[in-house]
Amino acid sequence: MPLYNEPNPLEVRILSKRFSLPNSASIDTYLATEGYQAWRKAIGMTQDAIINEVKASNLRGRGGAGFPTGLKWSFVPRNSPKPKYIMVNADESEPGTCKDRLLIEYDPHQLIEGMMIAGLAVGSQAGYVYIRGEYRYLIDIMERAIDEAYERGYLGDNIQGTGFTFHVRAHTGAGAYECGEESALMESFEGKRGVPRIRPPFPAVAGVYQCPTVLNNVETFCSVPSIILMGGANWAGLGTPKNGGTRLFCLSGHINKPGVYELPMGFNLLRMINEVGGGMRDGKKLKAVIPGGSSCPVLKADECDVAMDYDSVAAIKSMLGSGGVVVMDEDTCMVKAAQRIMKFYAHESCGWCIPCREGTTWLKKMLDRFHAGGGRREEIQMIGDLSKNILGRTFCPLGDAAAMPTISFVEKFYDDFAAHLDGKPCPYEAKSRLVTA
Amino acid sequence: MTLSPQLEARFQKILSSYPRGRERSAVIPMLMYAQDEIGSITQELIEEVAHRTGIKPLQVDEVIGYYSMMHRKPLGKYHVQVCTNISCLLVGGEELYHHACKKLGIGHKEVTEDGLFSVEEVECMGACSWAPAIQVNYDFHHFVTPERFDKLIDELRKTRGLE
Repeated sequence: MPLYNEPNPLEVRILSKRFSLPNSASIDTYLATEGYQAWRKAIGMTQDAIINEVKASNLRGRGGAGFPTGLKWSFVPRNSPKPKYIMVNADESEPGTCKDRLLIEYDPHQLIEGMMIAGLAVGSQAGYVYIRGEYRYLIDIMERAIDEAYERGYLGDNIQGTGFTFHVRAHTGAGAYECGEESALMESFEGKRGVPRIRPPFPAVAGVYQCPTVLNNVETFCSVPSIILMGGANWAGLGTPKNGGTRLFCLSGHINKPGVYELPMGFNLLRMINEVGGGMRDGKKLKAVIPGGSSCPVLKADECDVAMDYDSVAAIKSMLGSGGVVVMDEDTCMVKAAQRIMKFYAHESCGWCIPCREGTTWLKKMLDRFHAGGGRREEIQMIGDLSKNILGRTFCPLGDAAAMPTISFVEKFYDDFAAHLDGKPCPYEAKSRLVTA
Repeated sequence: MTLSPQLEARFQKILSSYPRGRERSAVIPMLMYAQDEIGSITQELIEEVAHRTGIKPLQVDEVIGYYSMMHRKPLGKYHVQVCTNISCLLVGGEELYHHACKKLGIGHKEVTEDGLFSVEEVECMGACSWAPAIQVNYDFHHFVTPERFDKLIDELRKTRGLE
């Protein structure tokens, strides 16, 4: 399989090290390149030793929230009489994010091995990979990898005579952003509408079928084999303090070389755009960047000299999120960007909480009207105020995810909103962005 | 309800994937794979899935309205999904969507008279770094230009002619 984009010399390819190999998804390639060696090492370790190694790695959840993975695993009550489950969130649907696709397409066994090690750490014998419905081809790839692992004795009962039993199945979603939220994902997995559950209890205590569950993003599980092989401290050393390792950044928008690149945590955002992403398209000036998927507050160009780790991006009041870096040039209408993002949240709100269901719909209507030139100056403030009334008032983070970027668009790009008032057409409109060559 | 041998095998595989007593987990996968074969989710299918998973048909029904990939009416043989979300938008996804509607002569969630094509403006499909992107059924197409779009549609029309 050809790669989607050329690798960049600045990349540190740990999770993506097999992507360029022929038949990288096959178990033969995997076994020939240290595959299932981390599991072999882990089988000789105690549960606490595995969890401590993951803690030492400073691995933080790659789905977006950035919660320390080792700590999450330590919350699972190991003496619970209930079965325990390993659940992979492969419902990748945060706008701007397209990395989990590659991890499954090119290296599904790395994911299986990560799940097995999590299984060892918490005493689980079964794992599921919840894959978004649109990724059917990945479900096929995942199922082939699972079949191979069973055939070669890396999944099943008493694996390789070690006494360890572990089973994995792929599970398809059916099109719903909300199901990427952990509690809605589990509702959906149980065959219901994907509405969020009230927490606590958290999945570690009462997750799938009300049993203790380790629920992590694809990339989080994929990081685990390298952590066990390299040692947690070495893996942590690839990144910045409290932000261990590398991560897959998805560069999109107005740059010359969009693509998915594996870079150390803490890599500078401007360098990412200019040296990895090939700089701005058509020599245009940088206007704004969404640093981690559409839920993250937008950054102005002068805020982009920042280290891309959870803490540094949080310090400038945005989020590292899911690694989706969306780059916008000077010709981008920020009202349009805010409108399109809100249209998404209004469509994807599950309707369970009123502030989110009604708030996103009202905001979408207002932003539609604004972009069409029907706004009034006193209403600019109202967009931000409405958003603030959603913040913190919903069961799940979808409400916040809709509100936070909108607040930032209004606050940081007030002039763009002010340029759309009283029947004036969008000043950016005539500039079609479609490449026709 | 009579299922094809392939679909029956798929149903068996799905049902065996979950712990005993947890068959309800099979509802969404069964509906998705069955829809692919039947073309839409029919009342008959709802009752079949309810029967096999031990829940009420209404409990299956309420799931269908929630998920955007589940359809009660048949789509075109080739369901063209154009993403216009932020990363695609920035490189012309919206223009591409309008182009697609014009080329096919239909609008959002409509089907051409010959039943060959339907079009849908969709949310982010996970192809942001290779935008603008479309999916035709489950197949991804990246860096789509209007010219490449037209060529693809014309080829699909021809394929149909050969069948």
